[in-house]
Amino acid sequence: MFVQQVINGLTVGGVYALIALGYTMVYGILELINFAHGEIYMLGAYLGIIFLGFFTAIGLTSYSLPLALALTFVLSIVFCSAYGFTIEKTAYKPLRNASRLSPLISAIGVSIFLQNYVMLTQGATDKVFPHLFEETGFEMQGMTFTYIQIFIIVVSAVLMMLLNLFITKTRMGKAMRAVAQDKTMASLVGINIDTVISVTFVIGSGLAAVAGLMVAMYYGLVNYSIGYIAGIKAFTAAVLGGIGSIPGAMFGGILLGLVESLSSSYISPEYKDAYAFIILIIILFIKPSGLFGKAHEEKV
Amino acid sequence: MYLLEVRDLTKHFGGIRAIEEVRFRVMEGSITSIIGPNGAGKTTLFNCLTGITQPTKGRVSFLDTEITGFRPSSIVKLGIARTFQNIRLFKEMSVFENIMVSQHCRTGAGLFASILRGNAFKKEEKIIEEKALEYLELVGLEDFAETLSWNLPYGSQKRLEIARAIATEPRLMLLDEPTAGMNPQETSEMMELIKKLQELGKTIILIEHDMKVVMGISENIVVLDHGVRIAEGTPGEIRKNPLVIEAYLGKEH
Amino acid sequence: MREQRAESKEQRAKDTDKKRLGFVLRPVIIALWLALLFLPFRGIKDALILFVTLSILLFIFRALSGYAKTLTEKFNVIRQSVSSGLETVYARPKTPRFVAYLLLLGFILSVPFFAKDYFIDVLILAGIYVILAQGLNVVVGFAGLLNLGFVAFYAIGAYSYALLNTKMGLGFWSALPLSVVLASFSGFLLAVPALRLKGDYLAIVTLGFGEIVRLVLNNWDSVTKGPNGIGGIEPPYLFATPLGGLSYYYYFILAFVALTVFMVRRVYKSRTGRAWVAIREDEIASSSIGINTTAYKLYAFAFGAFWAGAAGALFAAKMQFVSPESFTFMESVLILSMVILGGLGSIPGVILGAVILVILPEMLREIQLYRMLALGSGLVLLMIFRPQGLFRPGRLSRLAGESRYLMGGKGVSFRS
Repeated sequence: MFVQQVINGLTVGGVYALIALGYTMVYGILELINFAHGEIYMLGAYLGIIFLGFFTAIGLTSYSLPLALALTFVLSIVFCSAYGFTIEKTAYKPLRNASRLSPLISAIGVSIFLQNYVMLTQGATDKVFPHLFEETGFEMQGMTFTYIQIFIIVVSAVLMMLLNLFITKTRMGKAMRAVAQDKTMASLVGINIDTVISVTFVIGSGLAAVAGLMVAMYYGLVNYSIGYIAGIKAFTAAVLGGIGSIPGAMFGGILLGLVESLSSSYISPEYKDAYAFIILIIILFIKPSGLFGKAHEEKV
Repeated sequence: MYLLEVRDLTKHFGGIRAIEEVRFRVMEGSITSIIGPNGAGKTTLFNCLTGITQPTKGRVSFLDTEITGFRPSSIVKLGIARTFQNIRLFKEMSVFENIMVSQHCRTGAGLFASILRGNAFKKEEKIIEEKALEYLELVGLEDFAETLSWNLPYGSQKRLEIARAIATEPRLMLLDEPTAGMNPQETSEMMELIKKLQELGKTIILIEHDMKVVMGISENIVVLDHGVRIAEGTPGEIRKNPLVIEAYLGKEH
Repeated sequence: MREQRAESKEQRAKDTDKKRLGFVLRPVIIALWLALLFLPFRGIKDALILFVTLSILLFIFRALSGYAKTLTEKFNVIRQSVSSGLETVYARPKTPRFVAYLLLLGFILSVPFFAKDYFIDVLILAGIYVILAQGLNVVVGFAGLLNLGFVAFYAIGAYSYALLNTKMGLGFWSALPLSVVLASFSGFLLAVPALRLKGDYLAIVTLGFGEIVRLVLNNWDSVTKGPNGIGGIEPPYLFATPLGGLSYYYYFILAFVALTVFMVRRVYKSRTGRAWVAIREDEIASSSIGINTTAYKLYAFAFGAFWAGAAGALFAAKMQFVSPESFTFMESVLILSMVILGGLGSIPGVILGAVILVILPEMLREIQLYRMLALGSGLVLLMIFRPQGLFRPGRLSRLAGESRYLMGGKGVSFRS
């Protein structure tokens, strides 16, 4: 029972972590809670259904399922990245020098728009993910581990490692860290802030797309409203780990997944969605800067 | 009589020692200047005195009350007011409103009083308005009462900050670089204003870089370097002090 | 010399050519990009249509934006001459405003005599939202504390009245004080820990609080009856007559709106209101002029929640039914939109904002489906083009009148 819940928790936690990375990277650079980020995840899930449907229609899935799946992943990532890029350019960039409130409200606006757009075009009812492969797994001492769970855990782990490499080793990754620390200084040493911000949104959205697709495969159902709640939880995960910190977001996501899965099986499943908020509130009161974050005082 | 006594005041930020065991005393009615190179810990000292940051160690007493650990609003209420190096006005409020709100701790109308608007409330509001005008006249801003404060020119913003500090009816005023960025004309007007404050019975501590101002108006000077008090004395003494010369000009001289 | 000049002429010709090309090309590229984004959701046919219409629209927009400046200038000249003309006509500029207010008041009071029930119903709802939005205006507009879970206090007010009425048999007048006290007390409870947090963090914690309250209402079946909600709530009685009829309830709500505006305005133009605005403008500076910032932020939370509680009780009494569905995050966003549209901190602005955002969707019933799309994109456009909302906040002192800067621009420097 316990180990089973841990596996379930790790699966969900990996997904939260992938979404949380997008929040934390954007917050680190723009100090903006990108409310629309959860919707990108939701779009990723829908795109998966749409593209797989298309590939089934043209017979690609029966020809080679792995190829169809791989193409679906690639296309969802590309489109979600494009959405993230476009949202930043239209809804956030014009507000870069506005008060703190404006971009947040704008982000909420984008979120409402996307949710309702998907509801209008795809319907308000749950959409079923095409049933393409058997829910197989293996049993161990009475516990089942499905392959899809293992797939999610492995993919999340690999993506997080890749992101870490990108941030620490590449030129662009270093530029991102520089911008997060001090925008003025970064631009003085010749870093193009706009490019860095765009890249941040593109990467974050790509990760969210993967998360969305994997969740759609895992649960088999998608709804236009999944973005909001997943977004809030992922944001919680980001805060939990210390917002702005990439390892923090990974850790926070996994921790949140575990706590949620364990508490809903041991305490009460009805309040599953409330645990995230309760943890968030507790963490913010005890250590507002999160587990990995640094406290910073306002300069007087 | 000493109005303010600072004993062994220390503030560390992580590993950085902003100020280290600073001690000095301030006589009622005097003008004291705190000088020192950039990063000497002058503003941190002000922040500790006003409760905006809590000192790591040491004690501050004001009028024989120990005020270390007090919240900023209680310290203001006891009679210490300050201005800021980087002006912090209430930007979207008019000049007049800036002064009105600054009388907050000397007034008492609460939520119910302001809904009921009894005679006591009306009287208090009237006094607030009269006093606000009086303070504006003192700093020479009465013609700008209706201007939004962020539309004031720089020099006037500095004066408004001082007016706002006076409005809290303090006994001790901490002025953080009141003449920074001013031309000679504005600087001498500011010096006049500071002297006027002294005549009104206010005790003043200044952080100042302009030596003409420091030497011209202060009775006592405290010199900080790297968070440590390296000298204290009258302008004449400080001018001759070898430690001070070294701190400012380096060892070679 | 001559050669050089000829060269530069050629260069210039080339540049203008490039500009002309960009003038046509840019809209096409943008349209193509957006059409591609919509492709997976709409299919090829729709994407093509979108591409063509967008290119044309963007092209027209670009062509017009060149003239936009001259147009605004002309418009300004006309506006100025009109207003100066008006000023000469009315020697006392207060008179026309007074007349306008009187006409407006007459209209508001006479609505039940000529309007359809449906319209009165919408106006009642608008009234409830005015009260609610004024409450949020205290928190966000005056004190500058972003609250994304304001609906929680609305819900607490509504459920308090619902439960006190159906379970304990309390009438509206005895339940109302309890409801508002409960709501303000919960505002206080949330604020005590939450106020240690700044800006965005506060926003998220309030959002979390809103969600927790909704989840509790949804799941605590034994008390709240879960998603089914509570029905059979009594309307208020006045002199032993139930205010079930629409017209009666309309005046009843109107009285409450007047009370709210009256009280909020009085508090705003007082020592308390000034302290709130100072905290909004600069927290450190306000503590250094002697404002106990924690205490005043607490007051703002509790005072704002007070009105949300009142609005909740009025809502429950009007609908005679409450369910968790009415208290979602979207509702919080809607209330916040009212405050922002009207102008943060402006009392008349927020009234207008609430009325617009209640009436507008009702008027656009035929395109009901698209109203949330419109709200979403409207918020983005509002933030880009008019972040300060319709009105500027009024002055803070007792003697002065409300701000004259109805629809005022960003660069208003003097207030008179």
